Amino acid sequence: MLRLPAFAYLQPKTLAEAIAMKADAGPSGMYVAVGTDLYPYMKRRHEDPTLVISLMGIPDLRRADDRVVGAGLTLTELAVGPSARPAVVADAARLVSTPLLRNMGTLGGNLCLDTRCNYYNQSYEWRKSIDFCMKKEGHICWVAPSSPRCWAVSSSDIAPVMVAIGAEYRLVGPQGERIVPAARFYHNDGINYLTKQPDEILVDVRLPAPNGWDAAYHKLRRRGSFDFPVLGVAAWIRWDGTEVSDAKIVLGGVASYPQEVPEAGAVLRGVTLGTASIAAAAEAAYRPSKPMDNTDFDLSWRKQMTRVYVARALEELRQRRV
Amino acid sequence: MAGSNHRVIGKALRKVDAVAKVTGATRFADDLALPRMLYAKLLRSTQPHARILAIDVTAAARLPGVRAVLTGRDLPIPFGILPVSQDEHALCLDKVRFIGDPVAAVAATSEEIATAAAELIRVDYEPLRTFASAEEAVANAEPRIHDYGDRGNLHKIVDLEFGDVAEAFEHADLVREDLFFFEGNTHLPMEQHAALATYAPDGKLTLWSSTQTPHYVHRALANVLELPPARIRVIATPNGGGFGGKSDPFSHEIAVAKLAMVTGRPVKITLTREEVFYCHRGRHPTLMSIKTGVKRDGSITGMHFKSLLDGGAYGSYGVASTYYTGALQTVTYQVPRYRFQGARAFTNKAPCGPKRGHGTPQPRFALEVHVDKIAEQLGIDPAELRLNTLVPRDSLTANYLRVGSMGLGTCIEKVVQGSEWKKKFRKLPHGRGVGLACSSYISGAGLPIYWNNMPHSGVQLKCDRGGGVTVFCGSTEIGQGSDSILAYIVAEVLGIDPFHIAIVTADTELTPVDLGSYSSRVTLMSGNAALQAAERARELLALHAARRLEIPGDRVVFADGRVFDSRDPDTGMSFAEAVQHAEAAEGTVGTVGSYTPPMSPGKYRGAGVGPSPAYSYSACVAEVDVDPATGIVRVPTIWIAHDLGRAINAAAAIGQVEGSVYMGLGEALMEEMAYRGNRNVVHKIPSLLEYKSPTTLEMCDVVTYLIEDPDPNGPFGAKEVGQGPLLPVMPAVANAVYDAVGVRVDEVPITPEKVLKALRGKGKGEAGRVGPTRFPDIPWPEPVRVPPPWEA
Repeated sequence: MLRLPAFAYLQPKTLAEAIAMKADAGPSGMYVAVGTDLYPYMKRRHEDPTLVISLMGIPDLRRADDRVVGAGLTLTELAVGPSARPAVVADAARLVSTPLLRNMGTLGGNLCLDTRCNYYNQSYEWRKSIDFCMKKEGHICWVAPSSPRCWAVSSSDIAPVMVAIGAEYRLVGPQGERIVPAARFYHNDGINYLTKQPDEILVDVRLPAPNGWDAAYHKLRRRGSFDFPVLGVAAWIRWDGTEVSDAKIVLGGVASYPQEVPEAGAVLRGVTLGTASIAAAAEAAYRPSKPMDNTDFDLSWRKQMTRVYVARALEELRQRRV
Repeated sequence: MAGSNHRVIGKALRKVDAVAKVTGATRFADDLALPRMLYAKLLRSTQPHARILAIDVTAAARLPGVRAVLTGRDLPIPFGILPVSQDEHALCLDKVRFIGDPVAAVAATSEEIATAAAELIRVDYEPLRTFASAEEAVANAEPRIHDYGDRGNLHKIVDLEFGDVAEAFEHADLVREDLFFFEGNTHLPMEQHAALATYAPDGKLTLWSSTQTPHYVHRALANVLELPPARIRVIATPNGGGFGGKSDPFSHEIAVAKLAMVTGRPVKITLTREEVFYCHRGRHPTLMSIKTGVKRDGSITGMHFKSLLDGGAYGSYGVASTYYTGALQTVTYQVPRYRFQGARAFTNKAPCGPKRGHGTPQPRFALEVHVDKIAEQLGIDPAELRLNTLVPRDSLTANYLRVGSMGLGTCIEKVVQGSEWKKKFRKLPHGRGVGLACSSYISGAGLPIYWNNMPHSGVQLKCDRGGGVTVFCGSTEIGQGSDSILAYIVAEVLGIDPFHIAIVTADTELTPVDLGSYSSRVTLMSGNAALQAAERARELLALHAARRLEIPGDRVVFADGRVFDSRDPDTGMSFAEAVQHAEAAEGTVGTVGSYTPPMSPGKYRGAGVGPSPAYSYSACVAEVDVDPATGIVRVPTIWIAHDLGRAINAAAAIGQVEGSVYMGLGEALMEEMAYRGNRNVVHKIPSLLEYKSPTTLEMCDVVTYLIEDPDPNGPFGAKEVGQGPLLPVMPAVANAVYDAVGVRVDEVPITPEKVLKALRGKGKGEAGRVGPTRFPDIPWPEPVRVPPPWEA
């Protein structure tokens, strides 16, 4: 079987302790929540920390109420959250992976999930067969060989939702605390996909007050039981009576970050949701959706599905309003 | 139901190993550990096709904890499952042929050290041109992947003609030709292959392995290691699923055996999931052409079938697989004249071989979709058309296969009725549809893999004076229930509790040969051997019981753990007492039984593939929901009827049917062994996460009908059930998709991309079909011409 390489494991009890441990370890140290993502990465030699610092013993990450959700909450806990919390968060959490992994995996883990690619998420031996890729040990992006950048795909289900609803992330690091809007937490780059520094800890997420807006998340994947999204659609609408006063469409699984499509939101502003306006927004979202050949399914089909899934997410919001 | 006075046969008893399985007591190969055990790791090729210029193991051998490093030169004798394809080396000698081909083996004191050592081995490769598809291999004879085979990179080319098919087409009212493609897919057993070897100081080698064929592994070890077979013991551990993927002798088995010999210590290996994908031996990607002449009533005048198989890098069972793509077209619907042309190409991919249905699901998919199209063209209900052209029981086919019992008609009637076919077919709203397909499969092959005239299965039976019975048989439990079948059959004959019977199986030192758990042969063959051994024991016990009871022998009854007088059931004795009387009179009570299939009537070259003591039959109706906006196909329900002759255990049989439907659904909708031809022919997705196979959420409801049409060749009339019910699932789904949305996906898997592409094409006024459009030119040899029995 694939073996986990040897590493030291530390269990700090406070944020300060964790940050100090990371400072001592330098680049060879990594934070981990429960490791549903990191440990397989270590087995396949994508990551090779010699020191792993667990965040699960830090009480700050486990706090939760209607508006603030600790990054250490498991996805299962998130999926059955209080009814006053926006339902779309629980809906997206419920669509992540399998029940077993949701029982272990955390909100923070999903929001910081490494970008994925069929050329990257493979064993060391496999990657050796293609002479590696630029995300680790190689020099080329096999998805787009003439491209200077890595095109690995943002594969989080909850991140597009957080961007769409305008959540804020609280980060704590050696320089102190900062609050970052979800949209500014992500970069469209498969390697440097987060603006978070390696020594910063995502502590919690602040959700907007549920006043006059609604959101829905639709996920496309091969199997409803545990696949990563090959397309995620987070649709957010602020209602003004029966009219849309503001709207955001954010796509997951098509770029290295949750990709907002402002054109689609613009189409909806000031209109009532109906067949024509939904189709126009779907068409607007379809055009900039440019999936690459690095996940399951043909990329042209995934692109076509943008139209269908955006329309279905908006249709759900419309249905809920009437 | 006939013979309902049985006390064990037909009952839904639990399996004899069920408690051990559910409590975790079963010890699989990787659960085994021996004192001083070393761990082995194979270094596998990172090149798809290359000459090996040099291998430097110096650094690996020096790593602390490493006890031995082997390369191809340490194991120079080739092997292969078929005598005609001895083309594998345990470790590649001078050339690698696919990414994953084993090049070196390391034994070390831990798996981590073995892995680190393997990474230190330097291999210099000289890359050669690669072949990623059968078409490429057909088009390019050089460089040859192997220096043997029928022509260039074509491993095998066959051409058989049973009567003048061209003339038969002239007498047809309609001649239709279709092309189909069936993508390769793999077995995906839950348990990865694992093996443990130990070499005792007295020169005896023991290998425990997760194998379906301990007898063939035994032969391969003796050959490659140059040891007398008498000094080798192979024990097949309970397989955590096999499905054909553990039927070849494998590099890792030979490597750990050699490493144990070299180090004098036990050596274990457990493959990674990725390595299991490289072992493969799964479904051959197959391109097919089928041309059939029919009369207006649907009766067939002649059929011409062509197949091109992508064999991957080695022979494996491939010659047999090639013949199997042409063998069983004739056993369901009457085909008076038949031609089969088949070719298998070598390519630089993981070797293909036998997967559940071995070589027959691909042509069955083609045939059943083709028949659906013919029925539509003729304006006949596809169920009716099939019912009107069924092969009669007790008949001979054009290619000389002897059909015995034949319950396909009943199967069709059952699923037509159960699914309310007549209310649904071509009548459901757009997006919903039903499809029908049928199939047949062998209950074991009529001929062994290597030529010999000995039995295919043997059983020894020992009766203990305490009333215990031990059954020894070489058959291998791979989760299908073969151990239980032995217990049920012996229990029925001797009138004892099946859970009082000890079953010793799959150990070449303790058990008589059974050829292995493949080709759906075990219930029929080891079942018949067990039946014979048990009947001989009963005869012996009855003789002495009758003397004791002073009654004629034909009045002795064995039931409920007693042996008694049929006219006066209170006069009798316990089974144990019966054994004691026999033992007192005759000495140790033991019998043997064995089974050899009947001779096949076919005498032509190639006649060895297809004959079977009995054919099972299945009919299936699939109902599908197709989303016209996405092309996503969901299958809510499958109705399936399977003629298995007789259910030895109805619950276990239904389990096999449901498992077949599950596997078939995966092949129909999503599974594929995908490679990147433009990226060094790497396997695209060698992982459980990315190789898409259905989970419980994708699984459909299954309505199973067991059709019992006892076959005289089966024990208590039983035929196979483990493989046949998979076959009709893929074509039934394809036909249902057509019924739902009016497009033909003449390819497996039927993915949403293909469905949507066909729908868009149809929307633009095109044919509404996705599938192959061309069959390449193959240098076919002169056909072997054999007149069918009615023209001979």
